Amino acid sequence: MRYLLLVMALIAAPAPAVTLKWAAQNDILTLDPHSQNHATTHAIVQYAYEGLVRYNAKYEIEPCLAVSWTKSDDLHYRFNLRKNVRFHDGSAFTADDVVFSFNRIREPQGTNQIYVSGIKEVNKVDDYTVDFVLSGPSPILMRYIVDFRIMSKAWSEKNRSQHIQDYAKKEETYASRNANGTGPFIIKTWEPDKRIVFEANKSWWGKLDGNVTDVIYTPIKSDATRVSALLSGEVDLVTDLPTQDVERLRKEANLKILDGHEVRTIFIGLDQHNDELKYASVKGRNPFKDVRVRQALNMAVDREAIRKVTMRGLSLPAGVMVAPGVHGYSKDIDVIAKYDVAGAKKLLAEAGYPNGFEFTLDCPNGRYVNDEKICQALVGMWARAGLKVRLNALPFSNFIPKILNFDSSAYMLGWGVQTFDALYSLQSLVRTKTTGADGSFNLGRVSDTQIDRMVDQAKTETDDAKRDKLLRDGLVRTRDQHYYVPLHHQMRPWAMKKNVSITYSPDDRPQARFAAVK
Amino acid sequence: MILQKVWQHDLAWSFRRSPVTIVAAILTFVCVGAALAAPWLSPQDPFNMAALNLNDAFTPPAWDEKGNPQYPLGTDNQGRDVLSTIMHGARISLGVGLASVFFSLLLGVATGLLAGYYGGRLDALIMRIADVQLSFPAILIALLIDGVARVALPGDRHDELAIPVLVLAIGFAGWVQYARTVRGSTMVERQKEYVQAARVIGRRPLSIMVSHVLPNVLGPVLVIATIHIATAIITEATLSFLGVGVPATRPSLGTLIRIGNEFLYSGEWWITVFPGAALVVLVLSVNLLGDWLRDALNPKLR
Repeated sequence: MRYLLLVMALIAAPAPAVTLKWAAQNDILTLDPHSQNHATTHAIVQYAYEGLVRYNAKYEIEPCLAVSWTKSDDLHYRFNLRKNVRFHDGSAFTADDVVFSFNRIREPQGTNQIYVSGIKEVNKVDDYTVDFVLSGPSPILMRYIVDFRIMSKAWSEKNRSQHIQDYAKKEETYASRNANGTGPFIIKTWEPDKRIVFEANKSWWGKLDGNVTDVIYTPIKSDATRVSALLSGEVDLVTDLPTQDVERLRKEANLKILDGHEVRTIFIGLDQHNDELKYASVKGRNPFKDVRVRQALNMAVDREAIRKVTMRGLSLPAGVMVAPGVHGYSKDIDVIAKYDVAGAKKLLAEAGYPNGFEFTLDCPNGRYVNDEKICQALVGMWARAGLKVRLNALPFSNFIPKILNFDSSAYMLGWGVQTFDALYSLQSLVRTKTTGADGSFNLGRVSDTQIDRMVDQAKTETDDAKRDKLLRDGLVRTRDQHYYVPLHHQMRPWAMKKNVSITYSPDDRPQARFAAVK
Repeated sequence: MILQKVWQHDLAWSFRRSPVTIVAAILTFVCVGAALAAPWLSPQDPFNMAALNLNDAFTPPAWDEKGNPQYPLGTDNQGRDVLSTIMHGARISLGVGLASVFFSLLLGVATGLLAGYYGGRLDALIMRIADVQLSFPAILIALLIDGVARVALPGDRHDELAIPVLVLAIGFAGWVQYARTVRGSTMVERQKEYVQAARVIGRRPLSIMVSHVLPNVLGPVLVIATIHIATAIITEATLSFLGVGVPATRPSLGTLIRIGNEFLYSGEWWITVFPGAALVVLVLSVNLLGDWLRDALNPKLR
């Protein structure tokens, strides 16, 4: 009898809390889902905020806040919204929230407009139906709107967060510090640079695939500390391993490594807009406007040495600006610039800089794998071609406003492709900058009418073959004009305790809803 | 004759009697010599970025089977020769150490003299500031000054100004001890006849302080300064280890230890162990010399 009572008590007890302790290098920039197009921020914000559609574990589109959609013609979509969905604060989700979020994400002070680019209007039909009117056909609309996340209109207005914070001016709003979405996890607290605590949303409309009920995310800047935390068992999962430690961690008995390619390309951007480079020894002109100088920079980079030594084999030297796995990438166009110091010197001399020149390279430290070390290596490589490069390494939170304000002559950036389609990179990085999504991260302000034409055509081209050709031509022209110095595509193994299972995400966004801890 | 006099001097006698001090002196001499002569002696110029070869990075020390005799202590993650970086790094560490001690000395002696000579409100003000500062660890003050300077200075000039800023930060963190010592001795000296005589014949306070009082209070200050050099080197190394000191492109010993620290797990121990050992030897020998000097000059211990 007593045993029976005990067994009954056990059955009646609530499911035990299962905590996933996840650590990575970076903290988020904001909790506002419309503010910053930044991988770590998206990776965290997606736990709380959902879009109309989402990716499944295989990165195929599946319904999320919309249960179904119909397309009356290339320009008109109708979405049927999920009913009985509640935001974390208890308010109901309706079409008003979609319309509100659409207007909000398009505000110019944010950097996420790209996810709704090509959408002209969002109209409410009734509480659970919205119509999208596009300005042109958009063959991959669904991939774009994955990151168009829905905020509660009532909550935003009540907390005076109906507008996106002005991040570049360091503005904070209620929504940049608090989250209220419809998603599977509730963000309980964010202590900047310390931790983010999540709790499973008990009234979520969906079902978690795994058993994780609590997540604690800890940003740990120092590589050695992050690895120690994993080895000592303090954290369960580390998603950005220091390259030098991967081999050793593979040998650890109680850990396992999940290998994978990230869809992220690391590159150097160059100011090609100002008539005089701001941080350089050259006065009165801008050497980066000369394709020969850009080519010389490209040729002087020994990508193989970076791959072998700095990255310990965990990178793929890049010739084009998108990584394998992105639609539009193909091996035959990913031709890396031939490493040729003498040739680079010759080109510089032809361009009128036989003795090279000096410039400052702004480099984030601790954002991308080995970012500062790669920059240091570049300083050496470019020095051999006669260029004196001053390295200015900054924490990412100082670095990003600086480059967003075009206050940089040369900078390192990495670009992950959330839509898994090359148009996203071409449009953000190479197309001439306008107020919207076009050129939103074209921070060297490259402007090429040919590329603009290709990008604008590709946006609305519904013929797959023609569209693929446009993407290919855009990538090849970017490569041949040396608008950027692509370095490599990142590979990013994850390490976790043996009892943790999770699906690898090439977009570097581990999803706790797919995770289980035994 | 002079040599003989030096040899028979009290200090020389006590020096000869202390084998530890002799060893410390030799080590200090070797460290300082290697640091000073680094541009001529070091096998490679680690600051000449064009001469570095990334493909040589992570070469183990020469006695390892994968080692390369060209790099006796191996290379770091950028292909820099560890021995050369240590020599150049020690140069920066010593330079920052000496310069910051000189700066605290200047600041401390000046304020100490003023406080001790004038007394009254000025004395109270200076000494209360000193008391407040003394309640914070020196490293914290250095961090604070360094942090503020970093925000205040234009971004792209950080690296060039890193060393002067560091000198000021460490120097400012250390002036209190000098000020207190000098103030105490000055208060004693002020009462003595020679100072009063100088005042009576109409010498101005400033010249009395500098040419009469100062020479008589400087002894203990110099002893503190010697010991302080070691502390300043450690403070610099700590700041650089924390990543707020000198930039990675012109590394000091602390920066080298920080860089190498990342590779401890992956087995490339030489990148951090050798600079660490160099720092220990340098600081220990300077410290031992300072200790000996303090004891040798202290009449109570004779």
